Amino acid sequence: MNLNGKCPTGPIEKTWDKHRFDMKLVNPANKRKYKILVVGTGLAGASAAASLAELGYNVEAFCYQDSPRRAHSIAAQGGINASKNYPNDGDSIYRLFYDTVKGGDFRAREADVWRLAQVSSHIIDQCVAQGVPFARDYAGYLDNRSFGGAQVSRTFYARGQTGQQLLLGAYSALSRQIKAGMVKMFPRTEMLDLVLVDGEAKGITVRDLISGEIRCHVGDAVLLCTGGYVNVFYLSTMAMGASVTAIWKAYKKGAFFANPCYTQIHPTCIPQSGDYQSKLTLMSESLRNDGRCWVPKNRGDNRSPNDIPEEDRDYYLERKYPSFGNLAPRDIASRAAKEQCDDGRGVGPGGRGVYLDFRDSIARLGEETIRERYGNLFEMYERITDENGYKVPMRIYPAPHYAMGGLWVDYNLMSNIPGLFVLGEANFSVHGANRLGASALMQGLADGYFVIPYTVAHYLAQTKPGKAKEDHAECRKSIEDVKGSMKKLLSINGRRTVTELMRELGTLMWNNVGMARSKEGLTEVIMKIPGIREEFWQNLRVTGNGAQINQQLENAGRTADFLEFAELLCRDALHRNESCGGHFRVEYQYEDGEAKRDDKNYCYSAAWEFKGVDSEPELHKEPLEFKEVHLAVRSYK
Amino acid sequence: MSGQNEHKTMTLKLIVWRQNGKNGPGRFETYTAREITEHHSFLEMLDVVNEDLIKEGKEPIIFDHDCREGICGVCSQVINGVPHGGQERTTVCQLHMRKFKDGDTIYIEPWRARAFPILKDLMVDRSALDTIIQAGGYTSAHTGGAPDANAIPIPKPDAEYSMDAAECIGCGACVAACPNGAAMLFTGAKVAQLAVLPQGKVEAKERARAMIKAMQECGFGNCTNHYECQAACPKGIHVKFIARLNREYIRALIG
Amino acid sequence: MEILTNTVGRKVLMAVTGLFMLFFVIVHLLGNSTIFVGPSALNTYAEKLHSLGPLVWAFRAFMLAMLGVHVLFGVLLTLENWAANPGKYAVNRKLKANFSSETMIWTGALLFAFLVYHLLQFTLRVTPDIIPEAVAKRPGDVYAMVVGSFRHTAISLIYVGAMVVLFLHLKHGIQSFFQSLGWSNDRTLPRFETIGNVLSALFLLGYSAIPILILVGFLTR
Repeated sequence: MNLNGKCPTGPIEKTWDKHRFDMKLVNPANKRKYKILVVGTGLAGASAAASLAELGYNVEAFCYQDSPRRAHSIAAQGGINASKNYPNDGDSIYRLFYDTVKGGDFRAREADVWRLAQVSSHIIDQCVAQGVPFARDYAGYLDNRSFGGAQVSRTFYARGQTGQQLLLGAYSALSRQIKAGMVKMFPRTEMLDLVLVDGEAKGITVRDLISGEIRCHVGDAVLLCTGGYVNVFYLSTMAMGASVTAIWKAYKKGAFFANPCYTQIHPTCIPQSGDYQSKLTLMSESLRNDGRCWVPKNRGDNRSPNDIPEEDRDYYLERKYPSFGNLAPRDIASRAAKEQCDDGRGVGPGGRGVYLDFRDSIARLGEETIRERYGNLFEMYERITDENGYKVPMRIYPAPHYAMGGLWVDYNLMSNIPGLFVLGEANFSVHGANRLGASALMQGLADGYFVIPYTVAHYLAQTKPGKAKEDHAECRKSIEDVKGSMKKLLSINGRRTVTELMRELGTLMWNNVGMARSKEGLTEVIMKIPGIREEFWQNLRVTGNGAQINQQLENAGRTADFLEFAELLCRDALHRNESCGGHFRVEYQYEDGEAKRDDKNYCYSAAWEFKGVDSEPELHKEPLEFKEVHLAVRSYK
Repeated sequence: MSGQNEHKTMTLKLIVWRQNGKNGPGRFETYTAREITEHHSFLEMLDVVNEDLIKEGKEPIIFDHDCREGICGVCSQVINGVPHGGQERTTVCQLHMRKFKDGDTIYIEPWRARAFPILKDLMVDRSALDTIIQAGGYTSAHTGGAPDANAIPIPKPDAEYSMDAAECIGCGACVAACPNGAAMLFTGAKVAQLAVLPQGKVEAKERARAMIKAMQECGFGNCTNHYECQAACPKGIHVKFIARLNREYIRALIG
Repeated sequence: MEILTNTVGRKVLMAVTGLFMLFFVIVHLLGNSTIFVGPSALNTYAEKLHSLGPLVWAFRAFMLAMLGVHVLFGVLLTLENWAANPGKYAVNRKLKANFSSETMIWTGALLFAFLVYHLLQFTLRVTPDIIPEAVAKRPGDVYAMVVGSFRHTAISLIYVGAMVVLFLHLKHGIQSFFQSLGWSNDRTLPRFETIGNVLSALFLLGYSAIPILILVGFLTR
């Protein structure tokens, strides 16, 4: 079956405006009759909940954290793109649109990307009005920096904490609506099931993480804003609590999962130091502006990096990509680092690391200048590694960072289940196969502030309010199902801990499905995952009970979902016989090792339909058409 | 530095506050953390202890943690009497075990303040901080309709001052460190961030009054200028923002 | 009255009433210092004050009000603070708070006790037994009364001890005044702290000099 994204047609510049006019509206007096459930309170969730409440809808918002202010959007460092063209360097909506389509390796819908580029500048206006302290120049105007290989300076930033400041802005808008009584906030509450009534999304079943209570909330529409799934690799730059659970439960209720194999690996992270490690820390990729990546030319060169002379160093990025050098895009730089390490020339514990050397920049610009530019990053590096980056080269290694894939949505951000909307990183919409730097924040806020208020109304206008009640048979069934699976997790009483099993899955995934994938590797992993799953359900040990705070139980539930989801990710990767963006199949590359895309056979989004845990999912294709930006090979040579 | 797994390991004695639920009586329990390297973060050290506890069939130590990169503000442990352990500008999750020596005894306790009831072990309820923000920690800007972002220039020093205040991660270490259990640094930082910006000035008076009122109603104590909050703050938020809060309130009072 | 119930409002009241008492401490020290000029200087100064009549009483009433407000809110704030921070940590380690800042209520209470004692002794003169009878009979001779009293080691020690307490109270109190009124920032706060330290040290030296010098025999009749 071919899926239809229901994108508006006609000249691309008019698509969003025309569509906004074509959509139905909900009468102001009727809005209060509708209730909208918002799951997740990061940039997308908080901005959506606040904006919808302002319009007069009743909103219930849920997050697993103890406060909506702690969603992982807060960890984004670099910045947020917008096509303001304040620096007068030739930016435009069209250029941002073009860069995003091309950066995504031609695997996103043009109309969605256009809309993102169009509303991007409103986001900056909105955030400034909220009191977000963006960086400014001496005239008092907003400052911009270049980022992620773009040729224009379109990135707005607030020191190294842009995500934090934008999230706190959205959180403050949300707080205002909570105070006004328009949003009812449920922190420390995790969604564990989606409830469908007559095929439409009308409720969610949640667990109160403090009391352990399992209950159902019903509404007229459900918004999933629950972020990405790269914790499937166990070690990633994600928060410990980030999981696939919410969207996976929706998938199991019939929502299509699109392009799960598009995962982004960020090149500049601090390498793993041991098996006990629980997460990886990202350092802004701006470091590559002045740092040079290298490894020793000879395998097993154990000399201290400062003792290795110039002729024994391999500046591999400069060698392979002479024109972009150390500034090659994320996917390219990550893969190149892996190649060197696979070749036995990696540095640091386990040989999984490359040097990022500031020696030459310090000699050229002085240590003071480098300190001014990156002082906070050097501090962070030293805090974690106890090494002084000014004196010895930093060691970096790529780490899973972002999921481009997610639940399939149409142009209105509605999944194939009516009433189920998916926003932000949780959906698959705009980044294609690779996301450009400073675009994630832009998407989250675009979806929440400027898209969903219109599109959700279009759906609600065609549905009667209050269709489902808390005591609906579907709700009762869902509660029983969730209670049953909790009970099952608690009663296995085996010998393995959740962390051990998650680490086992993560290691398997990272080694075979991380930066480079092969048919053999993927097939092997698909064979092995059911074994880990079986081990999990036979030999897991969760102490305590379900009627109180139980962090193991929470993790066990999330891990159970990752154990199912991992298989889907692999299947998607195996079916996509091409290399594009974050998906690199070793069989499909040019002689020089560059990714080989296959537009003839794979120019579509792959949306998977659940058919049972142990059955193969069914593939639906949404063909992609490129009318504005012509399909071309991405080259950074 | 290029060698592998050659780090010496440490054995530490942990004295940890365990409390089963809000009203349950609490007590200190002693645990041993073994095979800890200098590269373990403090929370990873606790992970090791917890894995052992689970395998023994015991309940692991409950503690809040999420981003583990020092920005979400959820981690909250008082280590040897100091919130976040006393390394300058460092949260618990970024604290590394190289700051400790083999054989050390470490006391680990939850934030203690009336406004932060303990939920379990080291986990506390900080919803009072949300309540303070809900009282007025925002500009009442409606989505859409905002003027162009460059319509009102903001002097760079003002923007920097605002950002200095906005760096607060809402962890509550200021309250935990304060001998009076006061939340003035948290509240002051938000009031100051907005008061200095033209967008926030409009509601400055109402905001200061409302947020202080909410703070008092939540059961926080009064500021007596110990400045312990600034010393414990993992983001180094300055007490000048408390002075700013005082000033904004006086301004509101005068009319 | 919002200022009476608001936590910042109360801080302002503490600061302002404290300021007036600080002025008094300064003026009182200047007045006392006339003792170094000689008996007649101090006695003349005392007479002048007494001759002001109703003004003196107005001043006393005002100072009493200041003291009353300062004590009332000092006690209230402290009780609230104790309630707000019920649990102490097993390890007590402070990074910035110090003995002076943590003992304000106790140094305040001691100062209050001292004040009562001081007034009873030198203003109401209800403790005549420690002063030579001849001196007690001459109400105008303040100098004789002071010197007579401070000849007793115990009394001098009480006074010097009280001044140490005053030092501790003002060391935290003076810089606190600027912070509570919202006048400090990252640049000025360290300066205000220095001002507080210097002023309170000056008070300690100035006030303690009188009993000590009398005790060691520098000031005699």
